Amino acid sequence: MSLDLPLTRNVRPDRAPTGFDAYEANGGYRGLRAAIGMSPADCLQIVKDSNLRGRGGAGFPTGMKWSFVPMDNPGGGHKYLICNADEMEPGTFKDRLLLECDPHQLIEGMICAAYTIQADVAYIFIRAEYHKAARLLREAIAVCYDKGYLGRDILGSGYTLDMQVHSSAGRYICGEETALISSLEGKRANPRAKPPFPQVSGLWGRPTIVNNVETLCNIHHIIERGADWFQALGLTEDAGTKLYGVSGRVKNPGCWELPMGTPIREIIEKHAGGMADGYQLRGFLPGGGSTDFLTPDHLDLAMDYGTIGKAGSRMGTGTMIILDDKTCPVGFVKNLMEFFARESCGFCTPCRDGLPWSAQVLDDIESGRGQAEDMDTLARQVEFIGAIGNTHCALAPGAMEPLQSALKYFREDFERHISGSACPWCDGGAH
Amino acid sequence: MPVITIDGVAYEVQQGQNLLESCLSLGLDLPYFCWHPAMGSIGACRQCALVQYQNAEDTRGRIVMGCMTPVTDGAIFSLAGDKARHFREAIVESLMLNHPHDCPVCAEGGECHLQDMTVMVGHRDRHYRGRKNTHRNQYLGPLINHEMNRCITCYRCTRYYRDYAGGTDLAAMAAHDHIYFGRHQEGVLQSEFAGNLVEVCPTGVFTDKTLVHDYTRKWDLQSAPSVCVGCGVGCNTLPGERYGRLKRVHNRFNADVNGYFLCDRGRFGAGFVNSENALSYPGLREADGRYRALDHHDALHRMAESCARGKLAGIGSPRTSVEANFLLRELVGSQNYAPGFSDAEQLLVNLALELQQQSPAVIPDISTIESADAVLVLGEDVTNTAPRIALALRQSVRNKAYELAADLKLETWQDAAIRNLAQDQRSPLFIAAVADTPLDEVALQRLSLAPDAIAALGRAVADSIRGNTPATLAAPLDTLARDIAAALGAAKRPLVISGTGCASAPVMCAAQAVANALVDSGKQAMLCLCVPEANSLGQAMLAGPQAPDLEQLGKRAASGELDTLVVLENDLYRRGSRARINALLEAFSQVIVLDGLDNDTTSAATLALPAASFAESEGTLVSLEGRAQRYFPVFQPRDERRPSWVWLLACMKELEQPQAHALHHFDDITRACAAQVPALAGITAAAPDLHYLNLGVKIPRQPPRYSGRTAMRANISVHEPKQREDEETALAFTMEGLNRNQPAALLPWVWSPGWNSNQSVQKFQTHPGGPLKGGTAGVRLLHPGAQHSNGPTQGQQPGPLNDADDSQNPQDGRWQLVPRQRIFGSDELSALSPAIAELAGPGYIEINAVDAAALGVTPGAGVHVGDGLATLEVRVNDTVAAGCAGFSIGLAGTDNLIPLAVVTLSRAEGWRPRPQIIARDRGTGPGGTHV
Repeated sequence: MSLDLPLTRNVRPDRAPTGFDAYEANGGYRGLRAAIGMSPADCLQIVKDSNLRGRGGAGFPTGMKWSFVPMDNPGGGHKYLICNADEMEPGTFKDRLLLECDPHQLIEGMICAAYTIQADVAYIFIRAEYHKAARLLREAIAVCYDKGYLGRDILGSGYTLDMQVHSSAGRYICGEETALISSLEGKRANPRAKPPFPQVSGLWGRPTIVNNVETLCNIHHIIERGADWFQALGLTEDAGTKLYGVSGRVKNPGCWELPMGTPIREIIEKHAGGMADGYQLRGFLPGGGSTDFLTPDHLDLAMDYGTIGKAGSRMGTGTMIILDDKTCPVGFVKNLMEFFARESCGFCTPCRDGLPWSAQVLDDIESGRGQAEDMDTLARQVEFIGAIGNTHCALAPGAMEPLQSALKYFREDFERHISGSACPWCDGGAH
Repeated sequence: MPVITIDGVAYEVQQGQNLLESCLSLGLDLPYFCWHPAMGSIGACRQCALVQYQNAEDTRGRIVMGCMTPVTDGAIFSLAGDKARHFREAIVESLMLNHPHDCPVCAEGGECHLQDMTVMVGHRDRHYRGRKNTHRNQYLGPLINHEMNRCITCYRCTRYYRDYAGGTDLAAMAAHDHIYFGRHQEGVLQSEFAGNLVEVCPTGVFTDKTLVHDYTRKWDLQSAPSVCVGCGVGCNTLPGERYGRLKRVHNRFNADVNGYFLCDRGRFGAGFVNSENALSYPGLREADGRYRALDHHDALHRMAESCARGKLAGIGSPRTSVEANFLLRELVGSQNYAPGFSDAEQLLVNLALELQQQSPAVIPDISTIESADAVLVLGEDVTNTAPRIALALRQSVRNKAYELAADLKLETWQDAAIRNLAQDQRSPLFIAAVADTPLDEVALQRLSLAPDAIAALGRAVADSIRGNTPATLAAPLDTLARDIAAALGAAKRPLVISGTGCASAPVMCAAQAVANALVDSGKQAMLCLCVPEANSLGQAMLAGPQAPDLEQLGKRAASGELDTLVVLENDLYRRGSRARINALLEAFSQVIVLDGLDNDTTSAATLALPAASFAESEGTLVSLEGRAQRYFPVFQPRDERRPSWVWLLACMKELEQPQAHALHHFDDITRACAAQVPALAGITAAAPDLHYLNLGVKIPRQPPRYSGRTAMRANISVHEPKQREDEETALAFTMEGLNRNQPAALLPWVWSPGWNSNQSVQKFQTHPGGPLKGGTAGVRLLHPGAQHSNGPTQGQQPGPLNDADDSQNPQDGRWQLVPRQRIFGSDELSALSPAIAELAGPGYIEINAVDAAALGVTPGAGVHVGDGLATLEVRVNDTVAAGCAGFSIGLAGTDNLIPLAVVTLSRAEGWRPRPQIIARDRGTGPGGTHV
């Protein structure tokens, strides 16, 4: 395996998990030794310099996020590191690959991250359905305690860290970091208003960092090999490698680690094998179910945070969902909207009541009951719900992204549904 | 102060407010739902949206929530612009998607915040074509009706119930647009403050079940400023009347006494006013023992005749006004006037007054109690004796959270953030009581002790604060005393609470000793002593420590010195054992009783006169903090009912007593009392007198939309009677007049154009949550430290004797009876209200498991108390102090039990519990029934 693809170097073709011995034999836990040989401040500087951005979807610079954690801790209370493994974004299955195939990589990354912010307790908040990964992680953690990589006085460094796995009860909103914290506290999984940010008042009111699985899997590599090495991995401004995925009617759906900024065309046509026979590409959601559609016109863009943002969408999780010409875009959006409406935590009005209404209008249109005024209603809903700040958290604005871009790119398809009082795809038997 | 711009106009606003508070303070109508001035902001409903601009060049702006946005100098907002207006309208349209359009039959109709806000945002046309979500409703007990379909999911109910009031059995369940606010299963809501849900809910999910059963719209209610008679706190209330029936009690805002909230005894305990057992006509006992109804002229004549003939004695009442009591004392002479406490309680209440007068400690009101950052409760089950104070204590323990928040520069209104930050960190609260109390769950430490041990602990705390070696205490109490002393000593505003609740004078003295020690060590310490009834303290002030008690009156009557007794609004059988009261009454040849309800004392009267209730009369009550407050008649008493002061004054005039010559109006009595009783000199300032006019007219008791005045008596006569003049107060039985800008004591209802719900109170406040523009109702009569001398600590003096001084170390089948106060049942009048009666249940004895085993009883068995004093059900409660037997004071079957008496307990063979009252309206299937 080439070191140029650090995250998946231990992923075996048969997807069997890499155990402790194999992991360590392949250079594992060297990053941890490097980290504890440095001061936390030095570790933080390396991560900052690496330009690593959060892989959970928002792309916030990881080093900057960590830098808000207060490092003087006069009361001596706990600080927490939480791994967000609640991977529930529609179309997204990248973290699962890392969790199931290389659990020690995550644990090593987490120890390094926790050391950097001087957290003494770490949680892995994992999606309920990922029970295999949860079991592998629990086993790996137990090994680490045995080996002295976790627990009191890690490798004689004086640094102490406890780690445990918490299986979620299964709500999409738990992927929102503050809702995740609420859930971990045993409360309703409602997001929290910011400020205060979790870095100063998070889990149990204590300083807390929540990072995505893929983000954390990078940390020990960066600390071991340096910021420049990491920067150089990316093809564009954004650093490192990225797990990209493609689902939908392509020849070879899957997930691959590629240099950050790999062109979309290369991902879809080379790695995913292009469209399945008989299907044309109409559009795609570049970064999961809560990102705006892009179209074949965007195929030559580099898949990175800045480029995709400028094109009017978000790179999100980097896992694309393909819309083909034989799938009704209204039904496609409706399906997503029903998911988001169901996954609303119910805390704020626009999300709780606005998403089901949008879903109901889409259902009417898709079922041939649409009325001309429905296009206005949808446009109003996009305006009402679609902006960050209108709602309590980012769920509802994200949910509106496929709809608002579908109204832009596939407007005539919506109108055909309404004027014809039927779904052209359903009636045409193209499904 | 920051200057902000809203719609191009610059306003100076208060530092530390959020934008919503600022807008409302400025009189701008910004709609909101989830925010509440007492509970702060969470940003859930998204209704109070404005547009904020980055700077003068920013033309797009972004939506911000008023309640979540701090006001900062130079900030630019748009409230009236299209973007903000359209957003707010969209919010209401979303909230209305599933809301049933059942306004015509909804108990909230006409005072619904959702209706008001819907009109305010201009939402009219409904675009949603889908089906509405529906829910099953739950049976939540006899007090509160549940109609979940109306819910707009603002989270106010659970935030109030759980976060503010500490309840655990109401929660938000499920998710997305299926959120359900209810209990995990049907059942009576357990919080003593559940009734506030009725006012906290912005629509008709939680409504007053007693009102729903006897319904009237808010706009048809006639109301007047009143004061709760349920306990000694003196919460301000707004009772509403229609067709001669008291329909409901709402909170009347008073920043210093009750804020926005009442307890359930206060809210639902006024139903006795409508009781079928209310006396409507005077009754004269005939030779055959039956009563003959009289008209009031005849009755007055008989009363005067009896009084003229007899050697008079009077027994007043701590549950009625200063004025009526004063007149009775004038009628019979102060040497013949007993204030109407039980003999033991008379000493305790006098002591409570004396301890407060002599202590330099601050006597706190609700808002200062909420500011306490360390609290010691000695002997008092505050939730059950002075409930509103317990709700304030639940806020006081949050001061730790506010301290942590200040470190992070969080404003106090950032409610969710502060709760998340502090989690379960609380300011210290220590409770020593005879058994568990509901506040224990927020206490840092609690322990059960017999009353004398509580007093000893208190004295040790005081000694420790003073740096003296405490008297010997057994471990671990010695350590605890030092810990408590340290926590109180480390606080900025320590508070000591005690009272008459555990009937122990040494406990109250010890509480004062702690407060005094704190003051002497330089602290701004507070001392709060709870007394049982609405005018307990007023009676102590009026009668003074030298007043005779019931025993003394009885002896003098038995010796022939007295022969005619006038009893004022007092069921004496609640003041002593049946045998003693029988003997007392039998010692008098004539017993004239003024009372509103038939009870054992009126049944023993030779002449019974129907006295108007608090809702039909005016008077002054002195609360436990020494605040004199005036209540006003909500409606005219029916039939021959008259306020007691009217009966008494008329009798005095009939007798041509000289002191009655100058008394023509109610106000004259207040003034005469103030002139004669130095402790009550301040009471004239409790409210404006009869001559107060607002722009030339009296204050209207009826809101502008009061309807059907010409029709409501049409079944009797189509001729509308002239509105009755109120010749005694500054209020009128009419809707003509202005309810604006008058002193707070005269605020009869809250309403403002566009604000039909109780949220309109903000239009009467200086700022949302702040004091009323008309000031704070009531006047403080106690001035702490006025009589303080730097003499020896009071706490070291032995307290007055009481029945229980032979109570040390009860053993060998003997227990000390300790009162277990019950919010539902221990108070006389509220327990006569049907909804409260349903919750009270029969009396019981509580002992711990060891004692129960020794007695050979299990829960639900019966025990005989003493030699035929009572036979009651046993409850086993392991928190009851060893050697103590708690008894549910005031509940049925406990009337012969004297607090702190030492008694034997023995198993009652073959005893069966008495049949229980079955809920009138409990549903049978899931979801129950609802009206």
